[in-house]
Amino acid sequence: MTTSIRIGSGRNELLQKVEALSGQHLANCYQCGTCAAGCPFHQAMDLLPDALIQHLRLGLPGILERQTFWICAGCDTCSDRCPRGLDIARIMEALRQICLREGGDHPALTQLERADLGALPPIALVASMRRNSG
Amino acid sequence: MQIAYYPGCTIKVSAPEHEIAALAVMRVLGLDLHEMREWNCCGVVHSLATDNLIRHMAPVRVFARLQQQGEREVVTLCDMCFNTLARANQVARRQPEQMDAIKATSGDELNYDGSAEVLHLLQILRDRVGMAAIKARVRQPLHNLRVYPYYGCKLLRPTEVGLDDPEVPTVLGDLMAALGATVVEGNLQTRCCGAYHVVNRENLVAERVAATVAQARANGANAIVLSCPLCHFNLATRQSNPDHALPVLYYTQLMGLAFGLPPATLGLPDATALFEEALPTAHHAQAVPMCTKGER
Ligand code: SF4
Ligand code: SF4
Repeated sequence: MTTSIRIGSGRNELLQKVEALSGQHLANCYQCGTCAAGCPFHQAMDLLPDALIQHLRLGLPGILERQTFWICAGCDTCSDRCPRGLDIARIMEALRQICLREGGDHPALTQLERADLGALPPIALVASMRRNSG
Repeated sequence: MQIAYYPGCTIKVSAPEHEIAALAVMRVLGLDLHEMREWNCCGVVHSLATDNLIRHMAPVRVFARLQQQGEREVVTLCDMCFNTLARANQVARRQPEQMDAIKATSGDELNYDGSAEVLHLLQILRDRVGMAAIKARVRQPLHNLRVYPYYGCKLLRPTEVGLDDPEVPTVLGDLMAALGATVVEGNLQTRCCGAYHVVNRENLVAERVAATVAQARANGANAIVLSCPLCHFNLATRQSNPDHALPVLYYTQLMGLAFGLPPATLGLPDATALFEEALPTAHHAQAVPMCTKGER
């Protein structure tokens, strides 16, 4: 099967937004896969970090429906190791923020029982809240 | 010697044992941590988007208050507070215009120039007290302890704020060796525990915890030592078999035991089965010769 991809046709608005919000220039990525290889959660992701970057650059559809950037915990392993100096955790945050700002916040803790809320440490609750609100 | 101390919410609410033990061992080492006045939550995660200045306000408020109180440096026990404060401090130093905006937004109340220093207690122990002085204070070396230091993320990454080599950190291992324990290592010591995903993606945390604990056990550990209250919560409460869980302890608690402080003063339950198994020597204060360094 042949898939044709049209590149450079029209503006890649999502890429522009991600670059503006993350402060990262995605053209710098040379697709080495170091980010994906070291990610503790890569098995749970539906698009590995390097592929996510490539999808963004090519303007492929369906990126905002992916789970990858919600699964990212911001551990900074990829950002620390990227040989091209890309801060991938910021790219993940930009995608979360785009979703949250356009689709509304969805703080997970609103679905918790009172007992669970009381048992969880404040740092877990506040971090979760911040990652799920724009 | 005195130093200002920023506890953060979780130390007060979920990890008081870490604070109790820290204050006790630092007193033994001649350092008084005095809690700063009017502190607030640091915000927990450093804001990664370029346009949300408001999220830097919480850590900047901590620094502004610190300066108002005439302090130049502050120490914290919590890895997440340390990371968030240190990264906000970088913003203050690199983007002073952001501090001007925060100052204006706060009606000139929050005035911070980026000149304060935030330190983790581990830095004080390693760089100011020194491992030799800590070792000299040991009264009950932890010879039966085979401990797996777990570093997690926020002590180490990003490198520019981390307090040790992000790939091969040694500070916890060196500290444990100074206490007479054997250090057990493995490549998952620096891998994220899943952090706040414990709120609604528990499976991610459970998988990380299972792998980490399995590695610690396979390499011979009878306890895990760590620093971060969130790592502690995840590793202590999300092991698959709670009846046979590997004990998870703060480094401050192990220091206290090695210094000969009673377990009750370190927020440790007295002589629980788990504890007996991991630390038999701690209960029998014998003069045992000290190891110089644990296995690396
Ligand atoms: S590590 Fe950096 S250069 Fe390599 S694939 Fe990931 S983002 Fe691209
Ligand atoms: S910051 Fe996110 S994407 Fe990068 S290694 Fe950590 S969890 Fe994976």
